Amino acid sequence: MTMTATLSDTAPANVSPILSVREVGKKFGGFTALDGVTVDFAPGRLTSIIGPNGAGKSTFFNVLSGAFPPSTGNVLFEGRDITGLPQHAFARMGIAKSFQITNLFPHLSVLENVRVAAQATRTGLDLWRPRARLTELVDRAEALLVLVGLAHRRHQPAENLAHGEQRCLEIAVALACEPRLLLLDEPTAGMSPEEARQMMDLIVRLNAERSVILVEHRMKLVMGISDRILVLHQGRLLADGTPGDIKADPEVRRVYLGQSV
Amino acid sequence: MTDHAHTVPATAMQNHERIGAFIDWATRWRVLLAILFLAVFPWFAPYTALAVNILIFGLFAMGFNLIYGYAGMLSFGHAAVFGLGAYGCGIPIAKFGVPWFLALPLGVAVAGIAAAIIGWLATRTRGIYFAMVTLALSQVVYYIVFQSVPLTGGEDGLRGVSVPEIRIGPMQVNLLDPMTKYYAILVVVAAALWIFSRILNSPFGAVIEALRENEMRATACGYDVTRMRWLVFVLSGMFSGLAGALYAIHLSIVPIETLHYFTSANVLMMTLLGGMGTFFGPFLGAFCYLLLQDVISVVTTHWQLVVGALFVFLILFFPRGIWGSIIHWLRP
Ligand SMILES: Nc1ncnc2c1ncn2[C@@H]1O[C@H](COP(=O)(O)OP(=O)(O)OP(=O)(O)O)[C@@H](O)[C@H]1O
Ligand SMILES: [Mg+2]
Repeated sequence: MTMTATLSDTAPANVSPILSVREVGKKFGGFTALDGVTVDFAPGRLTSIIGPNGAGKSTFFNVLSGAFPPSTGNVLFEGRDITGLPQHAFARMGIAKSFQITNLFPHLSVLENVRVAAQATRTGLDLWRPRARLTELVDRAEALLVLVGLAHRRHQPAENLAHGEQRCLEIAVALACEPRLLLLDEPTAGMSPEEARQMMDLIVRLNAERSVILVEHRMKLVMGISDRILVLHQGRLLADGTPGDIKADPEVRRVYLGQSV
Repeated sequence: MTDHAHTVPATAMQNHERIGAFIDWATRWRVLLAILFLAVFPWFAPYTALAVNILIFGLFAMGFNLIYGYAGMLSFGHAAVFGLGAYGCGIPIAKFGVPWFLALPLGVAVAGIAAAIIGWLATRTRGIYFAMVTLALSQVVYYIVFQSVPLTGGEDGLRGVSVPEIRIGPMQVNLLDPMTKYYAILVVVAAALWIFSRILNSPFGAVIEALRENEMRATACGYDVTRMRWLVFVLSGMFSGLAGALYAIHLSIVPIETLHYFTSANVLMMTLLGGMGTFFGPFLGAFCYLLLQDVISVVTTHWQLVVGALFVFLILFFPRGIWGSIIHWLRP
């Protein structure tokens, strides 16, 4: 059986989707991690993907962000088929991602982490000009550090930052390629409740200028901020709707048995 | 580190800053400082031919350091690019009477093309597999050159790479005089140092660091990592090839040993000894390594044993190498 989610009333049908997922499936050996998922993501929205452990969230995220291609089906970004394109092409097209496990350039300074990320899509191959003179990139990196609240740490090596700060730097690095679609895999992983709340505030601010797809297994965190929530369960789309719809859905209650919804 | 500022006396703090400023200053002028050192150095070397060797192997180690120290890829086949640089420069001179100023870039080009082919195959692999693929391909090169006796001289090496003097306009430079030869080669090495430093400071230099730090993150940022790795390999091969080309002119012959995997091991040791990923380390490493070899081999034929023991000591207690350790201690 294939569950199909159309644009719900949270997304007007007249805007063309920024990302379309068509009948996407993923098999690992004989195990089906994703099974025929079809979803359209409207531009400008903050969509959260939730589901219990092993539901296939990270697998879905990896297909969307280009870490690996799906076994079946297609992914379209702004109408263009991007299925199977190499990972580096995604950032160049305008899709950025943050990793579930912090993934930075540990010995480079905080500023250089963001600067080198910004350079990837803005400067061609350049073996000659001094990089310090490319002030536009430095300015851009500084602005992003201000945005995520790390400007005061700019000269520290990334490895010296606290865990929560590293998660914020991870976001700044992802933003450096000026994505129109930002994909975040559990950005609050390992954070204290206070840090997680600040991170959610930041995500809402980021959403003002770009589409965001957020993977999270803690349902409570995303309820207040999401425009739309997708629930994955055993590789299939179990529910799709506004936070209110999801809260009321008996199937979702059954899957999240024992947790307060 | 502001917490520390209150506990450390003000004078110590000032010293700290002074050292930091000094390191910044030295980094800014690193090319000139390195050239200055190399310019006075032969006057302190035991004999000039050794100084020339140190200069050339320092350049080789610098090229190797780009791929190993800066990009974090352990190539075990750099003898191939060094040797092909030597043959690529030596064969045109010995067999076709090509002038030195054409033969030198030819050597670099041959090394660059070889690096492009070897790198195209090798940069798809990582870690120990990368080391093995580069080693295997360098052995293929060794075998081909060994067999092509009419062109390369095979086992006996290539003879007759004689460049007794060079003329630049009205100026005649007599390369038979060791000191003159040293300074002629230093001119080329100085240019290479300058270009090398520019590359390190360029946006591409930042990409090289990013590759070493985290390939997965670099890919996610939009870098085509395989292509970038290949490009660093080619650049590294060209610097190493230039060293090989100079070596051919320096010796007037090209021994087949330039292509031997011992040569790959030697350049690795020099780089580790001096300090991987440091600008001046490779020259210091070449200096220490060749000087030790020279001094100890006079005393005992088992010099490799002594060098080996010293090497283990250094790796265990000074893994940053000599120059790397000095910088690490000084840096505030
Ligand atoms: N590379 C892989 N090889 C084999 N099986 C895999 C692989 N990756 C994921 N799986 C399996 O696919 C299923 C979905 O995994 P996935 O990581 O997508 O879940 P998730 O929803 O992200 O869970 P979590 O909340 O724990 O992060 C799991 O049963 C997992 O064991
Ligand atoms: Mg997951």
